[in-house]
Amino acid sequence: MSASHHHPAPAPLGGPLWTPTTKILAALVAIAGVILLVRFIFGLGAVTNINDGYTWGIWVVYDVVIGSAFACGGYSVALLVYIFNKGEYHPMVRPALLASLFGYTLAGVGVIFDLGRYWNFWHIFWPGYAQPNSVMFEVALCISAYIIVMWLEFSPAFLEKFGKENARKKLNKALFFIIALGTVLPSMHQSSLGSLLVVFGYQIHPLWQTMLLPLLYLMTALTIGFAIVIFEACLSSAGFKRPLEMHLLGKLSKVMLGMLVAYMVVRFGDLAVRGTLSSMFELNIEAFMFWIETALFVAPLVILAKPQARKHPAKLFVAACSLMLAGFILRINSYLVGYETGPGWNYFPSVSEIMVSIGMIALEVLGYIVLVRYLPILSGNNESTAAATNK
Amino acid sequence: MSISRRDFLKGALAGGTLLVAGAPAEARENLTMPDEALGLLFDSTLCIGCKACVSACKDANNMPPEFSTPEQLWDTPLDISGKTLNVIKVYQDGTCEHKDVEKDGFAFMKVSCLHCVDPSCVSACPVSAMTKDPVTGIVGYDKDACIGCRYCVAACPFGVPRFQYDTPVPQISKCQLCKHRMGDGHYAACAEVCPTGATLYGKVKDLHAEAKRRVALKPGAQTVFPRGNITTHDQSPHTAKAAAYLPQIYGEKELGGTQMLKLSAVPFEKLGQPKLPERSYAATSETMQHTLYGNALAIPIAFLGVLTYVAKRNVKHDDDAGDDKK
Repeated sequence: MSASHHHPAPAPLGGPLWTPTTKILAALVAIAGVILLVRFIFGLGAVTNINDGYTWGIWVVYDVVIGSAFACGGYSVALLVYIFNKGEYHPMVRPALLASLFGYTLAGVGVIFDLGRYWNFWHIFWPGYAQPNSVMFEVALCISAYIIVMWLEFSPAFLEKFGKENARKKLNKALFFIIALGTVLPSMHQSSLGSLLVVFGYQIHPLWQTMLLPLLYLMTALTIGFAIVIFEACLSSAGFKRPLEMHLLGKLSKVMLGMLVAYMVVRFGDLAVRGTLSSMFELNIEAFMFWIETALFVAPLVILAKPQARKHPAKLFVAACSLMLAGFILRINSYLVGYETGPGWNYFPSVSEIMVSIGMIALEVLGYIVLVRYLPILSGNNESTAAATNK
Repeated sequence: MSISRRDFLKGALAGGTLLVAGAPAEARENLTMPDEALGLLFDSTLCIGCKACVSACKDANNMPPEFSTPEQLWDTPLDISGKTLNVIKVYQDGTCEHKDVEKDGFAFMKVSCLHCVDPSCVSACPVSAMTKDPVTGIVGYDKDACIGCRYCVAACPFGVPRFQYDTPVPQISKCQLCKHRMGDGHYAACAEVCPTGATLYGKVKDLHAEAKRRVALKPGAQTVFPRGNITTHDQSPHTAKAAAYLPQIYGEKELGGTQMLKLSAVPFEKLGQPKLPERSYAATSETMQHTLYGNALAIPIAFLGVLTYVAKRNVKHDDDAGDDKK
């Protein structure tokens, strides 16, 4: 198998930009904008419920930690297509990359909202200030580099649109290196998002505090990457009334399930080796949430166990949702539920905090809709049945 | 060319094994205390809960008052915060009849930065805003470097660094042992004003010797307790009966040691001092980071090399295909 499979070239979808859907999305973005204005005038406490016991709320845990994991579709598919040389998945690269691009760029922007002294943010890259022993330093550097790499990876879509054929060819010559960087960088920072918690020591519950945190985070990021591709393919097929690429999605789900099994082995093997299996049978919120997390990871394995099920769009969609939710809960559990810094502290996000996160998601979806209508991203499906013959 | 999944997994496994095998050689040990390290000794049994230290700390650091009573007449902080660097907390049990007794008793505990020998906050800080002074060992904070990410707030095992949530230009607040007052001969304000010597300032080695002396005292024995600065003896000592000390100096071993040492007659956990291992979390975290990214990024660069090679093989066809289509 090689990447030289021929598929219909990506083409802009066209169609109206100002629809009820985009209007609602724009309104949500505007609401988030107003809340952020209040945050920047009065401080973080004016709109969030974060406190010294839970100083990282959903703007860190959802917008950055989970948001970037949900933006791993581009990473997972690029790995599959260019590293494992599964060219058949090539039509998925651009749409996946676009969603990743938005997810990561907004995660990067979202960090600014949460930084108390955001005007100093450049210190993290500046020799003399930068502190390489810090896991946060590694995460910040890698995510920033990856955002740039992704824009480069994605730029052929722009260059095609504006007829910059020479520039596109030049970029294509270096594309292999950009793609390699685009797989190494997310491997580094997705694992480091787990490593961030190691220095918290006893403050993280034993169900989540382990030296394997980087591996667990990396494996789930990759698996979520596949789930999100299935999720987005289903949504965009329904939303734009395009046929689903079922043959690809079914096979992709098999790769996803393989990764998932490997993850479960590592996860429970680690708990067993550390002798913490018993903590999951305790009567507390941590054990309860651990079971929810585990059930969501196991559900896709059950739903998609039979090959027949993998040809079923609804089952694929539910399994993908379950896996995304599982990755979501794993991150919430390790950063918030399993985090205990002393008695008397509690945290639940405020409405305005949640509205900002929702506004960010709305901005992502809005951007995606605008760009696929305007740029050559989704494969030209109208010719797909007739013209997809190999040349 | 195409590498199979099996080959890739084999490679990954080999890499992982190498990583684990290489780990012990790279292990980052706990940092050690500077010879001339400065610190505090807090003796819970000598503290009378007058909170002169809380007030003096506010003055010395120019911090605003904090109110916890409806009248809002005077500074009454209940915990350290963005406005308060030091508080005295009280442990109470049952009838609270006896001082320094666990059952039906009460005891005081000072809450402020412990100035860890190997601090998590310094290891966590991505921009060197949290620093460990190589001579005094004081854990300092530089607001001009800080980005306000609050990794230090979340990481500290003692919950010490605090953040200011109610201002658009927030800072991290934490005790810096009054290092800004040392130029003119002053020292930590809390120790300067403590009437009983419950909070004592000085070189950690002197404080440690004093702590060991107290732990060995016979309960009830008339004892002379120094006050103020134990290294310069700037204040007159006072005499009191020795309490029934626990045979433990908190901060001697916890996470590789802290420059604030604590003595008590009531178990430290009851006074909000967590049980901690001797290996610092900073050492654990940095060992992991150095294993993955040490030796001038050897592992990521090797990984990048392999992936570049594979991607080059695979992308080539892809590009040709794109050109064909034109």
